[in-house]
Amino acid sequence: MEELNLFVKSIFVDNMIFAYFLGMCSYLAVSKNVKTAFGLGLAVTFMLVVTLPLNYLLDKYILQPGALAWLGEDLKDVDLSFLGLIMFIAVIASATQLVEMAVEKFSPSLYNSLGIFLPLIAVNCAILGGALFMQQKDFGSALTASIYGAGSGIGWVLAIVGLAAIREKLAYSNVPKPLRGIGITFIITGLMGIAFMSFLGIKL
Amino acid sequence: MLSKRSKEIIFNPFSKENPVLVQVLGICSTLAVTVSLEPAIVMSISVMAVLAFANVIISLMRNTIPTTIRIIVQLVVVAALVIMVQQFLLAFNYDVSKKLSVFIGLIITNCILMGRLEAFAMHNKPWPSFLDGIGNGLGYGMVLVVVGFFRELLGSGTLLGYQVIPQCVYDAGYMNNGLMILPPMALIVVACVIWVQHARDKELQEK
Repeated sequence: MEELNLFVKSIFVDNMIFAYFLGMCSYLAVSKNVKTAFGLGLAVTFMLVVTLPLNYLLDKYILQPGALAWLGEDLKDVDLSFLGLIMFIAVIASATQLVEMAVEKFSPSLYNSLGIFLPLIAVNCAILGGALFMQQKDFGSALTASIYGAGSGIGWVLAIVGLAAIREKLAYSNVPKPLRGIGITFIITGLMGIAFMSFLGIKL
Repeated sequence: MLSKRSKEIIFNPFSKENPVLVQVLGICSTLAVTVSLEPAIVMSISVMAVLAFANVIISLMRNTIPTTIRIIVQLVVVAALVIMVQQFLLAFNYDVSKKLSVFIGLIITNCILMGRLEAFAMHNKPWPSFLDGIGNGLGYGMVLVVVGFFRELLGSGTLLGYQVIPQCVYDAGYMNNGLMILPPMALIVVACVIWVQHARDKELQEK
Protein backbone atom coordinates (compact mmCIF):
# COMPACT_ATOMS: atom_id res chain seq x y z
CA MET A 1 0.00 0.00 0.00
CA GLU A 2 2.80 2.34 0.94
CA GLU A 3 4.44 1.58 -2.42
CA LEU A 4 1.25 2.16 -4.39
CA ASN A 5 0.82 5.49 -2.67
CA LEU A 6 4.40 6.46 -3.53
CA PHE A 7 3.85 5.37 -7.13
CA VAL A 8 0.71 7.46 -7.63
CA LYS A 9 2.21 10.40 -5.80
CA SER A 10 5.34 10.42 -7.92
CA ILE A 11 3.26 10.39 -11.10
CA PHE A 12 0.80 13.16 -10.27
CA VAL A 13 1.73 15.16 -7.21
CA ASP A 14 5.53 15.19 -7.28
CA ASN A 15 5.58 15.28 -11.06
CA MET A 16 9.18 15.73 -12.23
CA ILE A 17 8.23 18.41 -14.76
CA PHE A 18 5.49 20.38 -13.06
CA ALA A 19 6.64 20.30 -9.47
CA TYR A 20 10.44 20.24 -9.82
CA PHE A 21 11.15 21.28 -13.42
CA LEU A 22 13.53 18.41 -13.97
CA GLY A 23 14.48 17.40 -17.48
CA MET A 24 13.15 20.69 -18.82
CA CYS A 25 15.75 21.13 -21.56
CA SER A 26 14.88 17.97 -23.44
CA TYR A 27 11.23 18.42 -22.50
CA LEU A 28 11.11 21.71 -24.37
CA ALA A 29 13.39 20.67 -27.20
CA VAL A 30 11.87 17.30 -28.09
CA SER A 31 8.16 18.06 -27.74
CA LYS A 32 7.43 19.06 -31.31
CA ASN A 33 5.62 15.83 -32.19
CA VAL A 34 3.99 13.10 -30.16
CA LYS A 35 5.91 10.14 -31.53
CA THR A 36 9.44 11.30 -30.72
CA ALA A 37 8.21 12.72 -27.43
CA PHE A 38 6.89 9.31 -26.46
CA GLY A 39 10.18 7.66 -27.49
CA LEU A 40 12.21 10.00 -25.32
CA GLY A 41 9.74 9.54 -22.48
CA LEU A 42 10.17 5.77 -22.63
CA ALA A 43 13.94 6.11 -22.62
CA VAL A 44 13.84 8.39 -19.57
CA THR A 45 11.49 6.07 -17.68
CA PHE A 46 13.68 3.10 -18.48
CA MET A 47 16.83 4.83 -17.28
CA LEU A 48 15.13 5.97 -14.08
CA VAL A 49 14.00 2.42 -13.31
CA VAL A 50 17.49 1.05 -13.97
CA THR A 51 19.70 3.69 -12.34
CA LEU A 52 17.69 4.51 -9.21
CA PRO A 53 18.12 1.09 -7.54
CA LEU A 54 21.79 1.06 -8.56
CA ASN A 55 22.33 4.47 -7.02
CA TYR A 56 20.32 3.41 -4.00
CA LEU A 57 22.62 0.46 -3.32
CA LEU A 58 25.66 2.64 -3.95
CA ASP A 59 24.39 5.22 -1.52
CA LYS A 60 23.41 2.70 1.13
CA TYR A 61 26.50 0.50 1.09
CA ILE A 62 29.29 2.89 0.14
CA LEU A 63 28.45 6.56 0.45
CA GLN A 64 26.35 7.20 3.54
CA PRO A 65 28.05 8.05 6.80
CA GLY A 66 28.84 4.70 8.41
CA ALA A 67 27.82 2.79 5.30
CA LEU A 68 31.16 1.05 5.05
CA ALA A 69 30.60 -0.76 8.35
CA TRP A 70 30.05 -4.05 6.48
CA LEU A 71 33.72 -3.96 5.48
CA GLY A 72 34.96 -4.00 9.05
CA GLU A 73 35.00 -2.12 12.32
CA ASP A 74 37.75 0.32 11.31
CA LEU A 75 35.71 1.77 8.47
CA LYS A 76 32.66 2.49 10.58
CA ASP A 77 33.30 6.22 10.84
CA VAL A 78 34.05 6.85 7.19
CA ASP A 79 31.74 9.39 5.56
CA LEU A 80 31.94 9.45 1.80
CA SER A 81 28.72 11.35 1.18
CA PHE A 82 30.55 14.27 -0.44
CA LEU A 83 31.38 11.92 -3.32
CA GLY A 84 27.68 11.37 -4.00
CA LEU A 85 27.34 13.62 -7.02
CA ILE A 86 30.32 12.31 -8.91
CA MET A 87 29.41 8.67 -8.22
CA PHE A 88 25.80 9.13 -9.27
CA ILE A 89 26.70 10.84 -12.51
CA ALA A 90 29.29 8.14 -13.25
CA VAL A 91 26.70 5.41 -12.67
CA ILE A 92 24.20 7.22 -14.87
CA ALA A 93 26.66 7.89 -17.69
CA SER A 94 27.97 4.33 -17.73
CA ALA A 95 24.50 2.78 -17.39
CA THR A 96 23.38 4.86 -20.36
CA GLN A 97 26.30 3.59 -22.37
CA LEU A 98 25.62 -0.04 -21.35
CA VAL A 99 21.91 0.18 -22.03
CA GLU A 100 22.61 1.74 -25.40
CA MET A 101 24.89 -1.14 -26.36
CA ALA A 102 22.47 -3.77 -25.05
CA VAL A 103 19.48 -2.28 -26.82
CA GLU A 104 21.44 -1.98 -30.05
CA LYS A 105 22.39 -5.65 -29.88
CA PHE A 106 19.12 -7.23 -28.78
CA SER A 107 16.42 -4.97 -30.14
CA PRO A 108 17.50 -3.01 -33.20
CA SER A 109 13.97 -1.73 -33.79
CA LEU A 110 13.73 -0.17 -30.33
CA TYR A 111 17.25 1.19 -30.82
CA ASN A 112 16.19 2.87 -34.03
CA SER A 113 13.19 4.47 -32.42
CA LEU A 114 15.08 5.71 -29.36
CA GLY A 115 18.23 6.30 -31.40
CA ILE A 116 19.74 9.66 -30.63
CA PHE A 117 17.90 10.12 -27.35
CA LEU A 118 19.73 7.46 -25.42
CA PRO A 119 23.13 9.19 -25.19
CA LEU A 120 21.43 12.51 -24.39
CA ILE A 121 19.86 11.02 -21.31
CA ALA A 122 23.17 11.00 -19.46
CA VAL A 123 22.78 14.74 -19.07
CA ASN A 124 19.04 14.77 -18.44
CA CYS A 125 18.49 16.34 -15.06
CA ALA A 126 15.46 14.16 -14.38
CA ILE A 127 17.73 11.14 -13.89
CA LEU A 128 20.27 12.80 -11.62
CA GLY A 129 17.46 14.67 -9.89
CA GLY A 130 15.70 11.38 -9.27
CA ALA A 131 18.83 10.02 -7.62
CA LEU A 132 19.24 13.11 -5.42
CA PHE A 133 15.58 13.11 -4.35
CA MET A 134 15.85 9.41 -3.59
CA GLN A 135 18.79 10.20 -1.32
CA GLN A 136 16.73 12.86 0.47
CA LYS A 137 13.64 10.70 0.83
CA ASP A 138 15.59 7.89 2.44
CA PHE A 139 13.76 4.89 0.99
CA GLY A 140 13.58 1.53 2.74
CA SER A 141 14.71 -0.75 -0.07
CA ALA A 142 16.03 -0.81 -3.63
CA LEU A 143 12.59 -1.98 -4.79
CA THR A 144 10.93 1.13 -3.40
CA ALA A 145 13.56 3.18 -5.21
CA SER A 146 12.73 1.57 -8.54
CA ILE A 147 9.00 2.05 -7.94
CA TYR A 148 9.71 5.72 -7.34
CA GLY A 149 11.74 5.72 -10.56
CA ALA A 150 8.92 4.11 -12.54
CA GLY A 151 6.38 6.58 -11.17
CA SER A 152 8.52 9.63 -11.89
CA GLY A 153 9.24 8.32 -15.37
CA ILE A 154 5.57 7.77 -16.17
CA GLY A 155 4.77 11.25 -14.89
CA TRP A 156 7.45 12.61 -17.19
CA VAL A 157 5.98 10.71 -20.17
CA LEU A 158 2.50 12.07 -19.41
CA ALA A 159 3.82 15.61 -19.30
CA ILE A 160 5.88 15.46 -22.48
CA VAL A 161 3.26 13.63 -24.54
CA GLY A 162 0.59 16.09 -23.39
CA LEU A 163 2.74 19.07 -24.33
CA ALA A 164 3.66 17.56 -27.71
CA ALA A 165 -0.01 16.95 -28.53
CA ILE A 166 -0.88 20.54 -27.66
CA ARG A 167 2.03 21.90 -29.68
CA GLU A 168 0.94 19.90 -32.74
CA LYS A 169 -2.46 21.60 -32.56
CA LEU A 170 -0.86 24.96 -31.83
CA ALA A 171 0.50 25.12 -35.37
CA TYR A 172 -2.97 26.21 -36.48
CA SER A 173 -3.51 29.01 -33.98
CA ASN A 174 -2.66 32.66 -34.17
CA VAL A 175 -0.14 33.35 -31.42
CA PRO A 176 1.27 36.88 -30.85
CA LYS A 177 4.54 37.10 -32.77
CA PRO A 178 7.01 37.60 -29.89
CA LEU A 179 5.52 34.65 -28.05
CA ARG A 180 5.76 32.20 -30.93
CA GLY A 181 7.93 29.18 -30.41
CA ILE A 182 9.42 29.10 -26.97
CA GLY A 183 7.32 31.71 -25.17
CA ILE A 184 3.98 30.04 -25.74
CA THR A 185 5.46 26.67 -24.84
CA PHE A 186 6.38 28.03 -21.42
CA ILE A 187 2.89 29.40 -20.89
CA ILE A 188 1.30 26.09 -21.87
CA THR A 189 3.58 24.20 -19.52
CA GLY A 190 2.63 26.63 -16.76
CA LEU A 191 -1.07 26.10 -17.37
CA MET A 192 -0.59 22.32 -17.46
CA GLY A 193 1.26 22.67 -14.17
CA ILE A 194 -1.67 24.52 -12.62
CA ALA A 195 -3.97 21.75 -13.85
CA PHE A 196 -1.71 19.11 -12.30
CA MET A 197 -1.79 20.97 -9.00
CA SER A 198 -5.36 19.82 -8.55
CA PHE A 199 -3.88 16.43 -7.70
CA LEU A 200 -2.23 17.89 -4.59
CA GLY A 201 -3.08 16.00 -1.45
CA ILE A 202 -4.10 12.77 -3.17
CA LYS A 203 -3.54 9.81 -0.92
CA LEU A 204 -4.40 6.17 -1.45
CA MET B 1 41.11 47.28 -21.79
CA LEU B 2 39.28 44.45 -23.47
CA SER B 3 39.52 43.85 -27.18
CA LYS B 4 36.43 44.02 -29.37
CA ARG B 5 36.09 40.26 -29.53
CA SER B 6 36.34 39.87 -25.75
CA LYS B 7 33.59 42.43 -25.34
CA GLU B 8 31.40 40.54 -27.76
CA ILE B 9 32.06 37.29 -25.92
CA ILE B 10 31.04 38.83 -22.62
CA PHE B 11 28.05 40.91 -23.70
CA ASN B 12 26.39 38.80 -26.37
CA PRO B 13 24.92 36.41 -23.79
CA PHE B 14 22.92 39.33 -22.38
CA SER B 15 20.86 39.87 -25.48
CA LYS B 16 21.12 37.98 -28.74
CA GLU B 17 22.62 34.80 -27.35
CA ASN B 18 21.09 34.70 -23.91
CA PRO B 19 21.46 31.10 -22.75
CA VAL B 20 18.07 30.98 -21.05
CA LEU B 21 15.81 33.17 -23.17
CA VAL B 22 17.15 32.38 -26.61
CA GLN B 23 18.99 29.09 -26.50
CA VAL B 24 16.58 27.65 -23.89
CA LEU B 25 19.32 26.03 -21.81
CA GLY B 26 19.45 25.59 -18.06
CA ILE B 27 15.73 25.98 -17.62
CA CYS B 28 15.33 23.56 -14.70
CA SER B 29 17.27 25.64 -12.23
CA THR B 30 15.98 28.96 -13.58
CA LEU B 31 12.49 27.89 -12.66
CA ALA B 32 13.17 26.05 -9.46
CA VAL B 33 15.36 28.45 -7.48
CA THR B 34 13.56 31.70 -8.23
CA VAL B 35 10.91 31.67 -5.51
CA SER B 36 12.88 34.42 -3.82
CA LEU B 37 15.83 36.62 -4.68
CA GLU B 38 18.53 35.31 -2.38
CA PRO B 39 18.75 31.71 -3.62
CA ALA B 40 18.52 33.05 -7.18
CA ILE B 41 21.60 35.21 -6.61
CA VAL B 42 23.55 32.44 -4.91
CA MET B 43 22.65 30.05 -7.69
CA SER B 44 23.76 32.50 -10.41
CA ILE B 45 27.10 33.03 -8.73
CA SER B 46 27.62 29.29 -8.32
CA VAL B 47 26.79 28.58 -11.94
CA MET B 48 29.01 31.40 -13.12
CA ALA B 49 31.95 30.14 -11.08
CA VAL B 50 31.52 26.55 -12.23
CA LEU B 51 31.03 27.60 -15.83
CA ALA B 52 34.06 29.88 -15.96
CA PHE B 53 36.45 27.38 -14.39
CA ALA B 54 35.08 24.37 -16.27
CA ASN B 55 35.53 26.33 -19.49
CA VAL B 56 39.15 27.11 -18.61
CA ILE B 57 39.98 23.54 -17.60
CA ILE B 58 38.37 21.98 -20.67
CA SER B 59 39.96 24.59 -22.88
CA LEU B 60 43.41 23.77 -21.46
CA MET B 61 42.83 20.08 -22.13
CA ARG B 62 41.03 20.48 -25.43
CA ASN B 63 43.82 19.07 -27.56
CA THR B 64 44.40 16.00 -25.40
CA ILE B 65 40.81 14.83 -24.86
CA PRO B 66 39.90 11.97 -27.23
CA THR B 67 36.62 12.90 -28.93
CA THR B 68 34.94 9.58 -28.14
CA ILE B 69 35.02 10.04 -24.38
CA ARG B 70 34.81 13.82 -24.21
CA ILE B 71 31.36 13.87 -22.60
CA ILE B 72 32.54 11.78 -19.66
CA VAL B 73 35.65 13.92 -19.25
CA GLN B 74 33.51 17.04 -19.25
CA LEU B 75 31.11 15.54 -16.74
CA VAL B 76 33.94 14.63 -14.39
CA VAL B 77 35.46 18.11 -14.52
CA VAL B 78 32.09 19.73 -13.93
CA ALA B 79 31.16 17.30 -11.16
CA ALA B 80 34.41 17.99 -9.33
CA LEU B 81 33.83 21.76 -9.52
CA VAL B 82 30.22 21.40 -8.38
CA ILE B 83 31.27 19.35 -5.38
CA MET B 84 33.63 22.17 -4.41
CA VAL B 85 30.84 24.73 -4.71
CA GLN B 86 28.51 22.49 -2.72
CA GLN B 87 30.98 22.03 0.12
CA PHE B 88 31.73 25.76 0.11
CA LEU B 89 28.04 26.61 0.45
CA LEU B 90 27.53 24.03 3.17
CA ALA B 91 30.36 25.63 5.11
CA PHE B 92 29.59 29.32 4.63
CA ASN B 93 25.93 29.68 3.73
CA TYR B 94 24.10 26.72 5.20
CA ASP B 95 20.57 28.16 5.07
CA VAL B 96 20.67 28.98 1.40
CA SER B 97 22.24 25.66 0.54
CA LYS B 98 19.33 23.97 2.32
CA LYS B 99 16.90 26.03 0.25
CA LEU B 100 18.63 25.16 -2.99
CA SER B 101 18.61 21.47 -1.93
CA VAL B 102 19.27 19.24 -4.92
CA PHE B 103 19.62 22.06 -7.40
CA ILE B 104 23.25 22.76 -6.58
CA GLY B 105 23.98 19.15 -7.48
CA LEU B 106 21.95 19.54 -10.61
CA ILE B 107 24.35 22.20 -11.91
CA ILE B 108 26.20 19.16 -13.26
CA THR B 109 23.42 18.43 -15.69
CA ASN B 110 22.70 22.08 -16.40
CA CYS B 111 22.60 22.18 -20.17
CA ILE B 112 24.34 25.58 -20.25
CA LEU B 113 27.52 23.91 -19.02
CA MET B 114 27.55 21.10 -21.54
CA GLY B 115 26.48 23.50 -24.25
CA ARG B 116 29.26 26.02 -23.62
CA LEU B 117 31.91 23.35 -23.10
CA GLU B 118 30.98 21.66 -26.37
CA ALA B 119 30.40 24.78 -28.41
CA PHE B 120 33.07 27.10 -27.09
CA ALA B 121 35.72 25.69 -24.78
CA MET B 122 36.55 22.74 -27.04
CA HIS B 123 37.67 25.13 -29.80
CA ASN B 124 39.06 28.17 -28.01
CA LYS B 125 42.00 29.27 -25.89
CA PRO B 126 41.64 29.49 -22.09
CA TRP B 127 41.25 33.29 -21.77
CA PRO B 128 38.37 33.71 -24.24
CA SER B 129 36.80 30.59 -22.72
CA PHE B 130 37.00 32.17 -19.26
CA LEU B 131 35.32 35.32 -20.56
CA ASP B 132 32.69 33.21 -22.30
CA GLY B 133 31.97 31.45 -19.02
CA ILE B 134 31.64 34.74 -17.15
CA GLY B 135 29.44 36.22 -19.88
CA ASN B 136 27.08 33.29 -20.05
CA GLY B 137 26.98 33.04 -16.28
CA LEU B 138 25.96 36.70 -16.12
CA GLY B 139 23.37 36.26 -18.86
CA TYR B 140 21.90 33.34 -16.94
CA GLY B 141 22.09 35.20 -13.64
CA MET B 142 20.34 38.22 -15.10
CA VAL B 143 17.27 36.15 -15.96
CA LEU B 144 17.32 34.47 -12.56
CA VAL B 145 17.49 37.78 -10.75
CA VAL B 146 14.68 39.34 -12.78
CA VAL B 147 12.40 36.34 -12.29
CA GLY B 148 13.34 36.01 -8.62
CA PHE B 149 12.72 39.73 -8.07
CA PHE B 150 9.17 39.64 -9.40
CA ARG B 151 8.24 36.35 -7.78
CA GLU B 152 9.45 37.44 -4.35
CA LEU B 153 7.98 40.94 -4.62
CA LEU B 154 4.55 39.82 -5.78
CA GLY B 155 4.48 36.51 -3.97
CA SER B 156 5.64 37.46 -0.49
CA GLY B 157 5.95 41.26 -0.59
CA THR B 158 9.59 41.07 0.44
CA LEU B 159 12.97 41.47 -1.24
CA LEU B 160 15.99 39.54 0.04
CA GLY B 161 13.85 38.80 3.09
CA TYR B 162 13.09 42.45 3.95
CA GLN B 163 9.52 43.66 3.88
CA VAL B 164 9.24 46.22 1.06
CA ILE B 165 5.49 46.51 0.62
CA PRO B 166 4.41 48.65 3.60
CA GLN B 167 1.82 47.47 6.07
CA CYS B 168 -0.60 50.28 5.16
CA VAL B 169 -0.97 48.79 1.66
CA TYR B 170 -2.03 45.51 3.22
CA ASP B 171 -4.44 47.35 5.49
CA ALA B 172 -5.99 48.90 2.39
CA GLY B 173 -6.86 45.42 1.14
CA TYR B 174 -3.77 44.40 -0.87
CA MET B 175 -2.88 40.73 -0.69
CA ASN B 176 0.18 38.78 -1.66
CA ASN B 177 -0.35 36.72 -4.76
CA GLY B 178 0.05 33.20 -3.42
CA LEU B 179 0.14 31.77 -6.92
CA MET B 180 3.52 33.46 -7.50
CA ILE B 181 5.22 31.16 -5.03
CA LEU B 182 3.92 28.02 -6.70
CA PRO B 183 5.96 26.28 -9.39
CA PRO B 184 3.69 26.88 -12.44
CA MET B 185 3.94 30.66 -12.12
CA ALA B 186 7.69 30.45 -12.62
CA LEU B 187 7.06 29.23 -16.14
CA ILE B 188 4.63 32.02 -16.84
CA VAL B 189 6.94 34.72 -15.45
CA VAL B 190 9.77 33.40 -17.64
CA ALA B 191 7.38 33.41 -20.59
CA CYS B 192 6.68 37.09 -19.91
CA VAL B 193 10.40 37.87 -19.81
CA ILE B 194 10.80 36.05 -23.13
CA TRP B 195 7.86 37.98 -24.51
CA VAL B 196 9.39 41.33 -23.59
CA GLN B 197 12.79 40.39 -24.93
CA HIS B 198 11.51 38.97 -28.21
CA ALA B 199 9.25 41.96 -28.71
CA ARG B 200 12.26 44.28 -28.40
CA ASP B 201 14.47 42.23 -30.68
CA LYS B 202 12.66 41.45 -33.93
CA GLU B 203 15.44 39.14 -35.15
CA LEU B 204 14.58 36.55 -32.54
CA GLN B 205 10.93 36.17 -33.50
CA GLU B 206 9.77 33.02 -35.21
CA LYS B 207 7.60 33.34 -38.27
